[in-house]
Amino acid sequence: MSTSASDTAAQGRVAMQQTRAFRRPSRETLIRWAPLLVLIALVVVFTAINPAFLSLRNFGRIAIASTPALMVAIGVTFIIVMGSIDLSMEGTIAVCACVFAYFFLSWGGTLLSTAWVAIPLTLLLGAVLGLLNGLVHVLLRIPSFMASLAMGFVGIGLAILITRGEKFLIEDEVFRGLVTYRVLGFPIMVYLALAALVVAWFIQSYTRLGRNFYAVGGGEELAHASGLDVRRVRVMGFMLAGVFYALAALFAVGRLGVAESVSGANFMFVSITSVVVGGVALWGGIGGVWNALVGVLIVNVINNGMVVIGLPDFLQDGVLGFLVIVAVVLSTDRRSVSFVK
Amino acid sequence: MYALQKVDKKFPGVHALKAIDFQVGRGEIVGLVGENGAGKSTLMKVIYGAYQPDGGQILVDGKSVRFANPRQAMERGIGMVFQEQSLIANLTVMENIFLGYEQQFVRWGVINWREMAEAARHQLAKVKLDIDPATVTSSLSFAQRQLVELAKVLTLEERVEGHLVILLDEPTSVLSSEEVQLLFRLIRELTARASFIFVSHRMDEVMEISDRIYVLKDGQVVDVVSRGGSSAETIQHKMVGRNVNKEYYREQRQKPFDSSRTLVELDGVSLPGRVTDISLKLHAGEVLCIVGTEGSGREAILRTIYGMRTPVEGRVLIKGQEVTSFSPRTAASLGVGYVPRERKIEGIVAGMSVYENMTLSQLGRHSSGGVLKLAEEKALARDWIKRLSIKAHSEHADCGNLSGGNQQKVVLAKWRSGGSDIMLLDHPTRGLDIGAKEDVYEMIRDMSDAAVGIVLVADTLEEAIGLAHTIIVVKDGRIQKTFGATSGVKPTPFDLLHHMI
Repeated sequence: MSTSASDTAAQGRVAMQQTRAFRRPSRETLIRWAPLLVLIALVVVFTAINPAFLSLRNFGRIAIASTPALMVAIGVTFIIVMGSIDLSMEGTIAVCACVFAYFFLSWGGTLLSTAWVAIPLTLLLGAVLGLLNGLVHVLLRIPSFMASLAMGFVGIGLAILITRGEKFLIEDEVFRGLVTYRVLGFPIMVYLALAALVVAWFIQSYTRLGRNFYAVGGGEELAHASGLDVRRVRVMGFMLAGVFYALAALFAVGRLGVAESVSGANFMFVSITSVVVGGVALWGGIGGVWNALVGVLIVNVINNGMVVIGLPDFLQDGVLGFLVIVAVVLSTDRRSVSFVK
Repeated sequence: MYALQKVDKKFPGVHALKAIDFQVGRGEIVGLVGENGAGKSTLMKVIYGAYQPDGGQILVDGKSVRFANPRQAMERGIGMVFQEQSLIANLTVMENIFLGYEQQFVRWGVINWREMAEAARHQLAKVKLDIDPATVTSSLSFAQRQLVELAKVLTLEERVEGHLVILLDEPTSVLSSEEVQLLFRLIRELTARASFIFVSHRMDEVMEISDRIYVLKDGQVVDVVSRGGSSAETIQHKMVGRNVNKEYYREQRQKPFDSSRTLVELDGVSLPGRVTDISLKLHAGEVLCIVGTEGSGREAILRTIYGMRTPVEGRVLIKGQEVTSFSPRTAASLGVGYVPRERKIEGIVAGMSVYENMTLSQLGRHSSGGVLKLAEEKALARDWIKRLSIKAHSEHADCGNLSGGNQQKVVLAKWRSGGSDIMLLDHPTRGLDIGAKEDVYEMIRDMSDAAVGIVLVADTLEEAIGLAHTIIVVKDGRIQKTFGATSGVKPTPFDLLHHMI
């Protein structure tokens, strides 16, 4: 009697899972692939309006514009997956860019001299700034958005202090080769960025730290109850993000040949827009660096496409802002969220 | 004047209310008692409009009504005084009293505070509370807040035509005995204007205040007792009386435990708050049940062993080693596993796959230099999916999509696969259907056979009795009595209840 009861119950459960299996994934799969479909649709639309859009030359332009933004987006993706937010990128990039330029110039001004040491130094600096950021957030128990926003302003101030309001010009041809030397139509920095993306993907999928990001974002209390050191994971996340911001700073300087206190300007909006549009959930636990890539490409394709089809550039920010709202609306199952703060 | 007829309520896997007939007369005080899980809170939610019944009807003054939400119920004079106080702590008393009903004081879009204070004072007078209505609620005592809550519900008098029905959910749980008497006097005076439904687990209080008592068990009204018509003991018998199916709890598989190996020892442990002087021992292969009412300190004891609470006094020894730093990390590394009651919050990460959930607490073992050994993780998950017959299409299945029973198995596998030999189970069968419950009982016996020590906070008394070797009864944070409960000498639910309330 009891066995037959449990059998029917078991069958009931299996049946329930099956109906779920039929319904759920369709929505989930759709949400998962939506950003990529949007990207493809954008390319098709822009090409239809102006065929010049679909050219290697133009794709190269898009790729160059995307490179620093991709690094920032990857960094902030780790943070958002943890369920936090990092708004310090503009300050971190400014400091990293200026410090890099300062030492690069004073140690010889060319990659072929000891000045190359400035590169690892900058990455280390990014990690330290991220570490500070994380420690302020975790030890002082300040919400991450506030801690990082404040640290970002400190960074910008610091950058002005370093540059005294001047610009550092980097004219080293070897370093500028990042953007001038092309392989298969794309500059070398694009390949370096893709390599960084692969590293980020490896961290995300194949390391303890990456798994812990998802655990903290998916259920912080659970992660704590499973014996994870949540605070350590958070600090490590901010450190890792800092390294990627430093990479962004290097690419940004390489791209323009200039380091100044506003080197980081606009990266906050672009990177967070990209990450969200790419399908990383703001409440944590969902998405990853591939979403960041797709998001960055969507944002830059729109920026580029609007220029190519001749729309005024002041429309671009408006369109991007609108897109963020659409992305969040589409990706959120809002029935499950009763109140939004 | 207020009645439920054949009211039915079902949730997935649970038939929470079965054809409930319930009546409240004008000016009557009706008691409602039942064990945890008997359906009291569901019934209350139906009454104050938070749930809509699936069958039967609700009659107010003989007319059938249907409430889509609590506000509609309030408009018909049915108000609820919540157990977890529902006042917003950072607002003033008067703002709380008229929350959502400020419109009456608004002139030209501006609130007339003086008028609101006046009206609030009038409400507070009804509950004989002499405080300034502009006091911020957080500065009041619990007893005062309880009265403000009652005053808030009493505003219905002015708003609603006719008689009121007021639900009181465990209103005395935070009150001293003088305050309880004060509250009771007030309730009796107010019966001129309202009827009351009084829900409490304190049998003496229910018997003292109620004109009639409804006894609820397994979603059914098993008896209605008039004042003086029955003793507390008879009512308690009716609350729990049920044939315990030995087979259901796998009693035939209960074996003696190994009393020579002590896994956990609590020695005079006191926690901040109510829990005082707890001493207990858990042996290898033993199932130790902690029973007590909600808030008696059962969970706190569990959480102390897991390092989530730090004692202010006493010692905790795990496998003979004294715990000095209390954190889940330390406990987990000593082989303690914790299956929390809130599966969704502390048990599994929805969105992560089965294998990711299983290895979450032991990533150190499945990685080298920070790089994960994915193949090893997946193999382990496949093995445990088979061992516990978890119904998931593969180790990649999203844990959030599994049924409750299978999620519970994943949580158990998480700890067992990591070699935990002390398991703390907090309501492991809550919200599971019967088949899944039996699976969990089966697993508990399997673990005992493997010399795992288990501390269990069970969902019902029968479950505790059926599964336990030893039962500890706690009340108000103290151990009242310890029962041996090996097969053949099991105490009855009534024996336990006697010490619980």
